[in-house]
Order: sequence, then structure tokens, then C-alpha cells
Amino acid sequence: MREELITSGRMNPNIDPILHVWHWSIPLYLFLGGLAAGLLFFAAFRTLTGDDKKYGTSVKIGPIIAFAAIVVGLMALLYDLNHPLYFWQLYTTIRIVSPMSWGAWTLLIMVPLNLIWIFSYLKEILPVNNIKINFLKKIISWVTVSSENITQNWEWKHKMVKDFEKFVQNNRKPWAWSIIILAVILGVYTGILLSAFNARPLWNTSILGPLFLTSGLSTGAALIMLITKDHNERRSYSKIDILLIIIELFFITHLFMGFQAGSQVNVEAAYYFLGGEFTVTFWVNVVILGLAIPAILEVLELLNFKVPIYVPGLLIIWGGLAFRFIMVDAGQVIRYLY
Amino acid sequence: MGAGGLALATTPVLNWVPGFLKSDDEMPDDSKAKRYPTYCEVCFWQCAGWTYTKEVEGKEKIWKIVGNNDDPHSNGRFCPRGTGGVGQYEDEDRLKHPLIREEKDGKQTFREATWDEALDFIAKKMKYVAEKYSPSCVAMFTHGSGGKFFTTVLNAYGTNSVSAPSYAQCKGPRDVAFNETFGSVLGSPEPLDIRNTKCLVLIGSHLGENMHNGQVQEMSEAIDNGATIITVDPRFSTVASKSKYWLPIKPATDIALLLAWINVIIEEDLYDKPYIEKYAYGFEELKSYIVDKTPEWAYGITGIEPNVIRNTAREMGHASPAVIIHPGRHVTWYGDDTQRSRAIAILNAILGSWGRRGGFYNAEGLSMKSMPHPPFPELDHTWKDATLGKYKLGEAALASGICEASIPSPLRDCSYKAWIVNGTNLIKTIPNNKVVLEAIQNLELMVVIDTMPVDITGYADVVLPECTYLERYDEIRASKHRFPTLALRMPAAEPKYNSKPGWWIAKQLAEKLGLGQYVPYKNVEELLDWQLKKAGSSLEEMKKIGVKKLDREFDDLYFLNGEDYEFNTASGKIELFSNSFVAEGFDAFPKYTAHPEPQAGFYRLIYGRAPMHTFGRTSNNPNLHDLMPENKLWVNPKVAKEWGLKADQEIWLENQDGVVSTFPIKVRITERIRIDSVYMVHGFGHNNKQLTRAYANGACDSELITNVMLDPIMGGTGMRGNFVTFHSEKPIKKEA
Amino acid sequence: MRYAMAIDTKKCVGCSDCVVACQTENNIPHGYARDWISETVQGTYPGLHLEIRSERCNHCNNTPCVRTCPTGASHIIDGGIVKVTPEECIGCGACIESCPYDARYVHPEGYVDKCTFCDHRISNGQDPACVSVCPTHCMYFGDLDDPNSQVSKVIAVRNIKVLAPEAGTQPQIFYLV
Ligand SMILES: Nc1nc2c(c(=O)[nH]1)N[C@H]1C(S)=C(S)[C@@H](COP(=O)(O)OP(=O)(O)OC[C@H]3O[C@@H](n4cnc5c(=O)[nH]c(N)nc54)[C@H](O)[C@@H]3O)O[C@H]1N2
Ligand SMILES: Nc1nc2c(c(=O)[nH]1)N[C@H]1C(S)=C(S)[C@@H](COP(=O)(O)OP(=O)(O)OC[C@H]3O[C@@H](n4cnc5c(=O)[nH]c(N)nc54)[C@H](O)[C@@H]3O)O[C@H]1N2
Ligand code: SF4
Ligand code: SF4
Ligand code: SF4
Ligand code: SF4
Ligand code: SF4
Ligand SMILES: [Mo]
Repeated sequence: MREELITSGRMNPNIDPILHVWHWSIPLYLFLGGLAAGLLFFAAFRTLTGDDKKYGTSVKIGPIIAFAAIVVGLMALLYDLNHPLYFWQLYTTIRIVSPMSWGAWTLLIMVPLNLIWIFSYLKEILPVNNIKINFLKKIISWVTVSSENITQNWEWKHKMVKDFEKFVQNNRKPWAWSIIILAVILGVYTGILLSAFNARPLWNTSILGPLFLTSGLSTGAALIMLITKDHNERRSYSKIDILLIIIELFFITHLFMGFQAGSQVNVEAAYYFLGGEFTVTFWVNVVILGLAIPAILEVLELLNFKVPIYVPGLLIIWGGLAFRFIMVDAGQVIRYLY
Repeated sequence: MGAGGLALATTPVLNWVPGFLKSDDEMPDDSKAKRYPTYCEVCFWQCAGWTYTKEVEGKEKIWKIVGNNDDPHSNGRFCPRGTGGVGQYEDEDRLKHPLIREEKDGKQTFREATWDEALDFIAKKMKYVAEKYSPSCVAMFTHGSGGKFFTTVLNAYGTNSVSAPSYAQCKGPRDVAFNETFGSVLGSPEPLDIRNTKCLVLIGSHLGENMHNGQVQEMSEAIDNGATIITVDPRFSTVASKSKYWLPIKPATDIALLLAWINVIIEEDLYDKPYIEKYAYGFEELKSYIVDKTPEWAYGITGIEPNVIRNTAREMGHASPAVIIHPGRHVTWYGDDTQRSRAIAILNAILGSWGRRGGFYNAEGLSMKSMPHPPFPELDHTWKDATLGKYKLGEAALASGICEASIPSPLRDCSYKAWIVNGTNLIKTIPNNKVVLEAIQNLELMVVIDTMPVDITGYADVVLPECTYLERYDEIRASKHRFPTLALRMPAAEPKYNSKPGWWIAKQLAEKLGLGQYVPYKNVEELLDWQLKKAGSSLEEMKKIGVKKLDREFDDLYFLNGEDYEFNTASGKIELFSNSFVAEGFDAFPKYTAHPEPQAGFYRLIYGRAPMHTFGRTSNNPNLHDLMPENKLWVNPKVAKEWGLKADQEIWLENQDGVVSTFPIKVRITERIRIDSVYMVHGFGHNNKQLTRAYANGACDSELITNVMLDPIMGGTGMRGNFVTFHSEKPIKKEA
Repeated sequence: MRYAMAIDTKKCVGCSDCVVACQTENNIPHGYARDWISETVQGTYPGLHLEIRSERCNHCNNTPCVRTCPTGASHIIDGGIVKVTPEECIGCGACIESCPYDARYVHPEGYVDKCTFCDHRISNGQDPACVSVCPTHCMYFGDLDDPNSQVSKVIAVRNIKVLAPEAGTQPQIFYLV
């Protein structure tokens, strides 16, 4: 028998008996970050391919949801900080080797780009006259040209604002390029954040970056699928999702094969998912519900079987969320033995 | 290079943290901090050290305690309990005010009282007991350094029945055995030259868990010097893991092993012939006594293979005389403990280790003078009367004996009527607490002087809160060691709450009893200064140095080669054969007798120490509680499997007499314990809710020790003949 | 200069004095610890082997904790000592997740805390608190770059091991086995 124990001294909260420094908010943050990355990726992608007219939901609504996701995600991150009043310290330094650092900076740049993107589509997304709330109307009337209670549709008062709007609208492609690059960084970051911690055997694999990016893209695609009213757009994302799911399954297989071929701790890490503690949770929620079933449903749909519209999308999003929770939890449980 | 600079150099980062944001955390600096000399009261090794204070928001606050480099007990390093002693001071569960028991609406409660009230109450009761019975019907139990002040008051009042649990519950048997063999009780610290030894044999002594500081330090030095360690323990103790030989003996069979060792050493001529010829008495008798005590004979009893017994005996023989068969300290195990200790003494004797380098050195100390006072009154009873003429070889009062003698009996013309209990938690300390509780029921007065609300304070008529050792002066520690030393304890802080130092309490009590002339000093500083000046120092000097080393009177740490020496025994020699034992009707040589073994489904309950706790006195200490909040029951994996026990599962224990533990204990499944025994650390399972950290944490071994195996020679209370079984749910008490 | 520690498992008795000494010296709040004792038992009664170790931050040469810190609060000072500046720490936990030894914890005041090798003592020429108190003298501290330091000498003559070498952190606490 081998008995290993800490006999005295350490009982540090959230470190012992098992590491639990990162609670629900980190996986939620990773999920929302991935989702936002996916949504922004597709918005930019459709713009770059010149399909922005065809895929209105992706280009115009997606970024709004992405923005909300980023805000909520950042709130979750802030909530997880133990010293939140010092969060600004993140922006006193750039530390290339710290994913947390470049993640923070990526978001810092992404947020204004995203906001401006939304701003440049305001006229189309939300005609002023559709706004019914008096209070908002009032505010809008301060910054836009209006006469006798009739507000011109987002006709800005200030010339600078107007010019800037024009500038963005005329330069959609470069704008999309910056966003798509940042979106990929953001998506990869959600995975690298974990894989940078090679202290945790489960996270100690470079596949997490592409895997999380793929998963983020697929949840983004799924969300557009859920909200779009346009049948063509929906079909397009359905196809994209099938592709992404196949890539994801490939990465997951690779992940475990990599572990199995690795050192003792890696083999043990894999065992948590291949018979151990997390097996059922992982295979049921992530692989079966989150990947396999939606893929099958979407294939059926493409083959014109009748499939309830919401089911595959919701399942993919559920799978993406569950995946992050499981990876963060399990990663903290599995440790080096010595 | 600055901090930021190095980070830049070693990691490829773009790092521009503005300098003003970097602040260095302020840490106190030893060389600038104030410090006060003390000696430690967390156990009875009495290490001397320094209490450091630091300023927090303009106030001086106790910070840490470290050893005094000049002190031979600590050599500048405290053990974890001593280091954690700050917790005794900080503990917010401490006794805060004097308490007097009151009956309110038919319920017993304590009310807070002033010191005057409490001491008046005690003085009145003591005068009443003196008149109605006799002053000698008052007894004191004490374990700790304030005891001397109270002893003086009691001697002046008219009783000498002062006892400590460190005798009949601890080292009494070994003291008697060594006294009968070498004419010397070992005392504390034991004069063991461990640092110079070539072979250290530990029989149950679990050094490293038993954290008696100097011994642990010297053992480590011995390891560095390549000494052989031989450990005999049914449990794979910490020191067993550091030993060249671990002999996993069947419990209660040590005497057989010891006799077999003696057999090998004599049969193989490994003993110290010239030494024996010169100093020993009764060798031929010993030789013929042990002829049949062969390793093969012992193997059947102890489970230790004959070749292991032979090899270990040879190791001792080759190391002789630099060899120590450790006499142990808590030796009240199976009732034949004086004889087991005799076997240890004899083994040491034939190896010639007494008075030899690497064996037992000749310790030297000095005793402090008392200020002149009137002679103490004549006594009409002494503590010797308590045991009705039994245990003539014992040389100290039995704590357990005084308990028994407090229960009225037709055999006695006088039983004890009042107890003063200073710093000993009798309920957990004396086994079979039924007797203790019955004795308490028969008392007219019980005063408890303690620092914490513990089991015994709950039964007191008056509770007096002593301040901790960090807040008081105490008597000078003038201990025996390789050279004599003096050590001062002085306060590093004001007493917290309404607690007072023991000397003050004793002096007040003396005055209230009209015995002021026995405490003829204004305050303790005056007394200490007077005593220190007589010993060649002064209070002023001691405050600066804390410990003063004095020169030995003679250069006789070890025997000189062939030196003539008269031992303080009847024959003037080392008594291998004990005439005084024979005169009292006991065996001249130790004899192995078989002891009862656990029945099916029961396991022998053995207990011991954890390095970071002292008995029950530290379990509520915030620092030490952090290290080990509860005790666990060590169970062999095979036993655990048989019972379906899981790690950390809580179980209740029931002993052979149907006594069930008050609290459950968590299971630790470990190979380190035999399959016929279970093990737990003594001092947990506190039943006083006022101990907010310790209450109900772990189980108490004491309450399960109801079978006491009395040592017929000196009255020691053997505690290891108890057996327990497991319950996964609390057994419902059967209706009586 | 490269500070390091060597701990002799043949002498350590697991008494935890090093843990309490650290607590009092460095004012660690109750319920938290910068160092701790672990125990490994192998074998079957009575053929047993026991190793007791006093553990703490390994002040690694290759420091994932410093790398992953987004603010620079975790940093390395002279002699390779890894420290955290409370005022720069946002308590994100990245460094905690990246340490294979779980040597860091979140202080109740919100920042991350860990062993400092008692740099405030060593700058005064003293040993770290834990080393200075150890009753068995089983801990050695000093400069690896100085061949005459206690730690260099003992490492030179004894068999050593480090914890979780496969984590690649290059720990600078050596266990003498
Ligand atoms: N940390 C700490 N240290 C202390 C104390 C403390 O409270 N805490 N108390 C101090 C005091 S007052 C004393 S008296 C000493 C006591 O310390 P020791 O004299 O060392 O006490 P023992 O009762 O011999 O120690 C218990 C050991 O005996 C073993 N044992 C049990 N049964 C048998 C048996 O039949 N044969 C043999 N050979 N071994 C057996 C147990 O497994 C255990 O390892 O410790 C002192 N040191
Ligand atoms: N079951 C069982 N019984 C045992 C033992 C065992 O191992 N198992 N060991 C035996 C041995 S070896 C011994 S030596 C005895 C020890 O027995 P005790 O000396 O009774 O041991 P403690 O439980 O430490 O009780 C000491 C009391 O002193 C109080 N105290 C601490 N500091 C001070 C102070 O400064 N002033 C005052 N006034 N009080 C203070 C503590 O709060 C505590 O209540 O127990 C013996 N009994
Ligand atoms: S051995 Fe430890 S507890 Fe006992 S007196 Fe010394 S420092 Fe204090
Ligand atoms: S103080 Fe020394 S002996 Fe005690 S646990 Fe720490 S390293 Fe080991
Ligand atoms: S032990 Fe952990 S905290 Fe310490 S330097 Fe190494 S990785 Fe960093
Ligand atoms: S918790 Fe503090 S020290 Fe650790 S990585 Fe975050 S900011 Fe750096
Ligand atoms: S070196 Fe100092 S901070 Fe580190 S564990 Fe030791 S005492 Fe604590
Ligand atoms: Mo004792």
C-alpha cells in the first residue's frame, strides 16, 4: 500500500483538500469569451467575403450579442478576482507570456472595435423611430439632429461623429480584418489560458487552443442559427456547425490519444475521462448531447427531415458550456503526484 | 539589481510597472525588536528562550518565541509546541475571571467573582477543614512551574500531600527501578549522552513524536554521527522509520525481549567485564537467571526473530559503553513496569553505559535557597499514609493514590477533604476516571488553578484563572544538565483579562490564611533577586541574558577510567540483584508474565504523542490546532477491510467494559499499525464547550482506559491493557 | 547568487515546527500556511518505508507562476527568490493554477501569498525562520553559487531529489534521501 498525505500545516482554503481557486465564473467567462469570438468571427468573415448583405443576422445582431457576452464575461472575471479593486493593475503592464495579460489586452481592444462596429450599423439595426422609451428618445435627441419631435434616423449632430461613421462604413474590410484577427486570438486565448498551466496535467496540451477556438466558433454559429429568421442563413450555419463538430471530435480524440501516449500523470489525467470520476459527465454532456446528437440532427435537417428548430443549437451551446465547466473543474482536481 | 530589473532579465516580457506602485512589505527586524527571557511551559522540558514583541498600531504585542542559544535544554531552538506557545496567550477561550460555584434554582452554575471574594472563600473553607478534620486532609495536585509557590503555602498550612501525575502516571516505575539499580532517579531532563552515543535503543520511546526537545536534537546529531538506532515499537513510529533496526514487537512483551538481549550479551561475552567486576553486585545470579531466556524463547513471545535479537544485541555490545537503552518516560504500561524498567537498567549496567561517554552522564544542577521563614508545622498525616503502607519503594506521592484516599473507607482514619489542583487536568490524566469523579463527590472543597476551561474546572468549587507563562514571573529554573544553569521567566505582556500569576495567588492565599510570614517578600521580583544573588547572579543580569551557565563543581561528567565510586544503593554498587525488592517480596530479577490479549473483534488501544501537541493542553491553542485539529484512529488496512471502514469515516469506540467514546473519531487507514492494535494520540475529544476549537474534535483515550493494571512495586497505573471495538453509528446506551 | 534549500528526509521527524515558526514570524493568519508537512508510507507491515517532507514554494528556476501572472505582481528578486507584491496582485489565481506544488494561497486580504524564503531575514544574515528553528537541524539554506555554503556542501555529498521534476519547473528545494 502507498499512503500519501499532508499530515499538518496546509489547509489553505480553496487549495486543500483539492484545488478550487477557479469557481463557476472562470468557465463561464471562457464560454462567453469563446461565444463572442465565434460571433465576431462570423460577422467579420461574412463582411470579408462580401456576403454581409446576405447574412444580416451574423453581421448586425451577432456583434451586439457578442458585446453583451463580453460584458457579462468580464463581470464574471472581475467577480472571480480576489483583489478586484486592483484590476487596473492588468493595464499597467503587457506580459506576452501571460495569457491572462494578453487576454485582458485583447478584450480591451476588442470592446471598442466591436462597439464601433455596432455603431456603424445603428441605422439599420435600430431605426430611431422604433425606439419607444421616452428616456432613451430624450438622450438620442441630444446627439442627433431633430426637429419638432421628429428625429432623423441617427442623423448625428456633431460633424466629427458623422465623419467617423462614414469612415467606418467606407472601410468595413480593414475593420473586419482587425476584428477577425482579434476574434481568433480571443478564441484561442480561452484555451491557451488553461494550456499555459502545464502544472495541471489535464491542461498541459497545446490542443486546447485550437479545440477551444473550434468550440467557440461552433457555439457562435449555433447561436446565429437559433436567432436568425433567414432560412438560408440558418442552413449555412448548420453546415458550418457540422464541419466544426467534426473538427472538434477530431481534436478531442487527439487530446486523449496524446495523453495516453504521454507520461504517467497524463495517462492518469486521461483516466479521469475514460473510466474515472468525470467519465459520465463528460461523455454524456459534451460528446453525446453537445456534439454527436446535434450533428446527427443537423445532417437529418439538411436531408430535409423535420427537426425541431431549436434543439441542435441549444444542445451545442449546452455542450460548449459543459465542456468548459468540466475542463476547469477536472483540471484543478488532477495534479502531479510526488 | 532591482526587483523589476531581474524579472525583466529572466522572463521575456515587456514590463513597465511604474516604480511608485512597488512597495516593500514591512517586516519586523529581530535586531530591533524587544525581547524578554522566558522558559517554556508547554511541556515539562522547560526550554529557555526569548519572547519577542513587535509594535502593532503603537502597541507592543507578543510576536514570537525562540530558543535561547545558551540554554542546554533547547540549544536555541524550540519545539513546535514551544514555538506555538504564543497561542496559549492569544487563546480567546482562556479563563478570564475567578469563578465560584453556586446553586441557582436547583442548578449548579459558576458566577464571576473578584479575587478577594474567591480567595476569602477558599481561606474560609481551608480553615474549616483544618478545624473539623486536619490540615493534612488537604491535598494538592500540581504539574507545572507555579507549584512550588503553592507547595510552600500548603506546607505552612500543615500538609505535605502534594502529588504530580508525572509520577504514578508517567515516570514513577523507571525512577524506582533506576534508583534501586544505580541509586539515582533520572530526573528531567534525563542525563542521556545521546549526542555522543554509538547506539541508541528506544523501547516505546517515540522520540520525534515525543518532542522532548533536547533529546530529539541530540538524536538527530547522533544520526549525523552515524549512530545505530534500534527501535522497539509495535507501531511504525516516526523514529522507527529512522532506525537501522525496527523491531515490531507484540505489545506487552518487552520484558522477554530485554531478557533475551541480556542473555545474548552475557552468553556472547559482550558485556563490560572490568566495569561489572568493579561496580556491580549480583552478576553471577543474573548470569544463571538468564541462561534459559534465549532469543528462541523470546521469539515465541515477542514475534521478534532470534537472529534479529542477536544482531541487535551485538550492535549494543560493540558500541558499549557508548550505548543507551533509553529508560523511557511515560512507562506506566502493563503494571509490571518497574520490572521492565529494571531490565532496562540492568541491560545498561552490563553494557557499562552508566557514567560513560555516549551513555548516561553525571548531571549537575543547583537548588535555589528559600528566604528564611518560620519552621513548617508538624504533620499528623503524610502522603505515605494515603497508600496504607503499600509501595514502600516509591519515593513520591501517587496522584492516583490520593484520589483513592479521598473516598472515605473504614481502612483509613482520615481521608482527604479538600483538593487544590494546579495545572493538571485530572479527568484526562488519571485513568479510570470513575474513581476520580467519586473522590471529587466526597470533597468539601476543590480549587482549580488553570489557564483554560478544561474537564477538571467543570467540577471545581472555585476556579482561579492563572495568567499564561508569557505574562508572568515564575520561580527560577535551576535544572540539572551537563552543567548547572539558571533560567529566568519574566512577563512579555500584561496578564490578559482578570488573570493573575501563580506566585501572586499563592501569596494572597497565604496572607488570607494568616501565613504571611512564610512568604516574606513584597513581590516576586524581590524574591527572585534575592535568590539569584545567592546563586551568583541578579535579576537585572538575568533579564539581559535569560540563561546563565554555571561551572561544574567537579569535572566528573563521566567516570574516570577505573575510578572508585560509591553508588547510592544499599550495597554501594550497581544492584543487578535487588535485595530491597526481595525484602519487599518482589522478584530480584525482572520476570516475563503474559498479559491478556484482545478478544475477537477487539483491538489493543495504544496511545502516544503527536509532536505538535502536549496532552490536552494545546488542543485549543489556535496555532497548534491549525497543525492538527483532531486525532485519528490508526487502523491497519486489513482490519479496515474486514470492518468495511473507509478513510476519514467517523466511528465510535467501545472498550472491554462497555464504555463508549463520547465523540466519534475519524479513521486513518495505515500500514504503520499492527493488526491486533489501534493507535491514537492522547489529549483530544474535549468535552468542554467553552473550548471552541477543541470541543468534540477527535476522541479521548482516557475515558476508554478503565482497566488499570497497578504496579505492585510503586503503584503506577498501567494503561495499555484496554481493548476497543468499532461502531459506525453511536451505540444507544442500554437502560440501566 | 542562487538561494536554495536542502532538507534531510533522514532526519526530519515531521514535527511541524517549521510550519509554526513561519506562521509566527510572518504573521500568517490562522487557517493558512506557507509551508506544510507531507508523509509517504510505502510497503506492508512490517516491511515499511516512510518519508516525511517539509514542503513550501520551491523558488523554481523555471517559474510558471511568474510567467502566467498578468500584472507582474509575481516576480523574481535577487537570488532567485519568487515573491508577490500585494499591491499589484489582482487575485486572479493564474499563478496558483500554474504552480504544480500548490504552494500559493489567497490571503484573506485578497492578494496571493507564499513563502518568501524569509528574504527579510536573509538580508540580515539570518537563516529563514523555518530553518532557524528546526530542532533536528535537517534544513540547510544558502547560496548554490557559493561552493562553501551549507547547502552546496550537503548537496555535493548526498543523494538528492526534487519534487515533480517532470513538471519542468526546476525546483530549488532539494530533498536529501
Ligand atoms: N509532543 C509531545 N511530546 C511529549 C509530550 C507531549 O504531550 N507531547 N509529553 C512528554 C511526557 S510528560 C512524556 S512522559 C513523554 C512520553 O513519551 P514516551 O516515553 O516516548 O512515551 P511512550 O508511552 O513510551 O510512547 C508511546 C509509544 O509506545 C508505543 N507502544 C505502545 N505499546 C507498546 C509496547 O507494548 N511495547 C513497546 N515497546 N512500545 C509500545 C506506541 O506505539 C508509541 O509509539 O513524552 C514527552 N514528550
Ligand atoms: N490516557 C492517558 N493518560 C495519561 C497519559 C497518556 O498518555 N494517556 N500521559 C500521562 C503522562 S506521561 C503525564 S506526564 C500526565 C500529564 O497530565 P497533565 O499535566 O494533567 O496534562 P495536561 O492535560 O497537559 O494538563 C495540564 C493542565 O494544565 C493547564 N495549564 C497549562 N499551562 C498552565 C499554567 O501556566 N498554569 C496553570 N495553572 N495551568 C496551566 C492546562 O490548561 C491543563 O488543563 O498525564 C498522564 N496521563
Ligand atoms: S520541549 Fe517544546 S514544549 Fe517542551 S519546554 Fe521545550 S519548547 Fe516547550
Ligand atoms: S522543523 Fe525540521 S524536523 Fe520538524 S518538520 Fe520541519 S523540517 Fe522536519
Ligand atoms: S513552487 Fe510554485 S510558486 Fe514556487 S516558484 Fe515554483 S511554481 Fe512558482
Ligand atoms: S493572483 Fe496575483 S500574483 Fe497571482 S497571477 Fe494573479 S495577479 Fe499575479
Ligand atoms: S522560508 Fe520563511 S516564508 Fe518560507 S516557509 Fe520558511 S519561514 Fe516560511
Ligand atoms: Mo509524562
